[in-house]
Amino acid sequence: MKEPNSANTPPNNGGVKRDTTALVKATLKRRYAAEKRFRWYGIIAIAASLAFLAVLITSIFIKGYPAFTHSFVKMNITLDADTLGISESPTDKELRAANFAGVMKKSLRERFPDVKKRGDKKALYQLLSNSGEYQLHDLVKANPALLGQSIDVWLPADDELAAIIKSGSDLSDPSSIVTRMSEQQIGFAKVLSDAGETETRFNKAFFTNGDSREPEQAGIKAALIGSALTLLITFLLSFPIAVAAAIYLEEFAPQNRWTDIVEVNINNLAAVPSIVFGLLGLAVFINYLHLPRSAPVVGGIVLSLMTLPTIIIASRAALKAVPPSIREAGRGLGASDQQVVWHHVLPLAMPGILTGTIIGLAQALGETAPLLMIGMVAFIVDIPQGFTDAATVLPVQVFLWADSPERAFVEKTSAAILVLLVFLILMNAVAVLLRKKFERRW
Amino acid sequence: MPITTLLLLALCLAFVSFVIGRQKAYAIAGANGGTRALHSLPGHYGLMVGLWCALPALAIIIGWKLFEGPIVSSMLDSSIPQAIHDGGTKVVDLYKNEINNLATTVNIALETDAVKQAAANRLITLRSYSSVALLILTLSVAAIGAALAYRKIKVDTHARPIVERIVHFFLVASASLAILTTVGIVFSVFFESMRFFQEVSIVEFVTGTKWSPQTSIRVDQAGSSGSFGAIPLFLGTLLISAIAMLVAVPFGLMSAIYLAEYASARTRAIVKPLLEILAGIPTVVYGFFAALTVAPLIRKLGENIGLSVSSESALAAGTVMGIMIIPFVSSLSDDVITAVPQAMRDGSAGLGATKSETVRKVVFPAALPGIVGGILLAASRAIGETMIVVMAAGLAANLTINPLEAVTTVTVQIVTLLTGDQEFDSAKTLAAFALGLMLFVTTLMLNIIALRVVRKYREQYD
Repeated sequence: MKEPNSANTPPNNGGVKRDTTALVKATLKRRYAAEKRFRWYGIIAIAASLAFLAVLITSIFIKGYPAFTHSFVKMNITLDADTLGISESPTDKELRAANFAGVMKKSLRERFPDVKKRGDKKALYQLLSNSGEYQLHDLVKANPALLGQSIDVWLPADDELAAIIKSGSDLSDPSSIVTRMSEQQIGFAKVLSDAGETETRFNKAFFTNGDSREPEQAGIKAALIGSALTLLITFLLSFPIAVAAAIYLEEFAPQNRWTDIVEVNINNLAAVPSIVFGLLGLAVFINYLHLPRSAPVVGGIVLSLMTLPTIIIASRAALKAVPPSIREAGRGLGASDQQVVWHHVLPLAMPGILTGTIIGLAQALGETAPLLMIGMVAFIVDIPQGFTDAATVLPVQVFLWADSPERAFVEKTSAAILVLLVFLILMNAVAVLLRKKFERRW
Repeated sequence: MPITTLLLLALCLAFVSFVIGRQKAYAIAGANGGTRALHSLPGHYGLMVGLWCALPALAIIIGWKLFEGPIVSSMLDSSIPQAIHDGGTKVVDLYKNEINNLATTVNIALETDAVKQAAANRLITLRSYSSVALLILTLSVAAIGAALAYRKIKVDTHARPIVERIVHFFLVASASLAILTTVGIVFSVFFESMRFFQEVSIVEFVTGTKWSPQTSIRVDQAGSSGSFGAIPLFLGTLLISAIAMLVAVPFGLMSAIYLAEYASARTRAIVKPLLEILAGIPTVVYGFFAALTVAPLIRKLGENIGLSVSSESALAAGTVMGIMIIPFVSSLSDDVITAVPQAMRDGSAGLGATKSETVRKVVFPAALPGIVGGILLAASRAIGETMIVVMAAGLAANLTINPLEAVTTVTVQIVTLLTGDQEFDSAKTLAAFALGLMLFVTTLMLNIIALRVVRKYREQYD
């Protein structure tokens, strides 16, 4: 096409018969340009999708990573029994009711002796998180000898204060800082930070606390445990049932109408919106069978119904990939149909089945909508202890925090998303490894 | 005793029976000249005993738990004062609920009267009786089952067929669970919807243009009758799904064409899994991103060119949903495009067509039915998608097709109607099930059509 040989082209007799080669040549430039453009459309489509993925992950990472650290303020606390309102050797009950907030306020007043007005004092008190009270309580409970002494402790800062310390803002220029704190409070913060009495550390509370209305005390442990319990139920139910269903359909089912219906049904179930499974759970398990609301057991049942089709389809593909010669050899040696399946076909198909199961479970881990229906949106402070305790799961926790008005919850939400994504990546990585390591081409 | 402990106990018993049964089989075999003398393998005898031990026990536990609640509750009737009984079933239920709370929360001192406390104590006693009775019954049934099976072990007992029949039954039951799930969905959604349509006429629901499901508690309250015209919801769902498809179809399709026709094997191996990450990210993450980043961005862009954009605009939710759906469209189209026989491409190239001409005029028309099927599947996913719209779309049911305004969708309304405390027989909650029915029927039809188209297309080139 590149160098058309003009000698071979028929002569142009009077414009009646036009030269095709010339015609093609004339349009060639346009066609090549179109070719190039078409190629670019493809590249642009892929690049745009991947760019979006990158923007999504980076933006969440940037918003989320500050939540993994928290700022602390060094305070000199005098634990005298009078201010605490307890006796010299207090009982546990007295300790629980003790006025730890009082000693914290007192030490703040001592640190800033110039603050006299009531409003100013109130602004001052807002610098510390009230979770410091629990820290002091635990400290005294563990070591009652501290009573009456004056000690240096690092107490957690309030979320607004922590945010400006962590971001490394220029505290001498309050107008440049976006915060809900007043200029006066920023002034306090500057004094503390200049004296080296503030410090930013790893935020352990984020991984050891349940939910809280106070952003600096809110953690994901309750949601993590809830997710683990729910996912365990999902696995225990969906794995054996899905494998059994796949074995039946692939190895034993007769070719008849009923089998056809079951197959079409499974394919359709895989595409039913997840929220409909939530409606099923609400109507059948909560309202009809009276199982407890908000419980991991119900969440697990609903999610396993939802993941069953995924696992069944993957397991069938894995079973189908085992060549018939394996089955014939087994039968030839006198094994029964079931022995062939249990002893030979299933073990060979297991890597594929496990891969499908992990992918199904990863889906279940990220699922939110059906769990909202069965009441797993509760505000959960306590770590769930069993399958019937009220619980929430990680994605629902993300949803709840995303709804909170406090600015500090934005970073908590993003951090929780990061934790969720880490788990999803781990699960998918295991699935990929399994496939790579054990996949067999027959 | 908690049910999990009981189940574990039954499982342990079953395992012990398995071991004992197998041992007896070995002993009999030893006396008769080796395992060859037996009809089945020793393990089959063990399994037979184990199953005979576990299955009846499981049946007892499940049956007990199903009927325990109602029976205990009716036994409690005698402890409830006559005055409460006269108040009708609702009052009795409420009273029983209080007793139940009293019986479960041991530590917290609720203020209460003596009658209620007595009833609560009786409830606690009844429950502990029930728990002990269940334990004894389960253990004895398990033991009897195992003993019967144990006695049956002889040289010529057909243990393998027995075990295999039970296993086969389990396999059939598992496969049928999918049907049961569908039936469960249909029944739960359908019956609650029927209750709803007794209160609100189906014509009003399908053709009404005003949606405000707040029903008042008192009759004389302002706006006491909620209106349930679902047209604004359907329109909102369609609008957001349409925006999503406008994003997903061109991007997904072009990615698929590039990956299938142009990309080298190496590029394909890297890009394809990366694109599929988009499908693996939980929807709640997209919702958060749409509400916090994309919506304000679109709003600011609109302000810059002098448009007023709602902060919960359909555009933001739709765009993000479209991006989520890109991998569905691209991987389904990719499968279809690679299934087009190579001979067709070669023929086109032989006639002098460029690659893009081949794709547009030969491959694409050949793959069209499959691609349409894939797009329908993606559309059904968009219609049923919940979290993105719950977080980024509005709650107010505006009847508009302006993508810059806030609209609400069917799924958003289901979530808002059903989260939080509510009575289960008000029209407000039942409306959620009617919406669920619409959602289920729509997506089911889309899926059936799509699956049929895809299947038919596959057969064409197989």
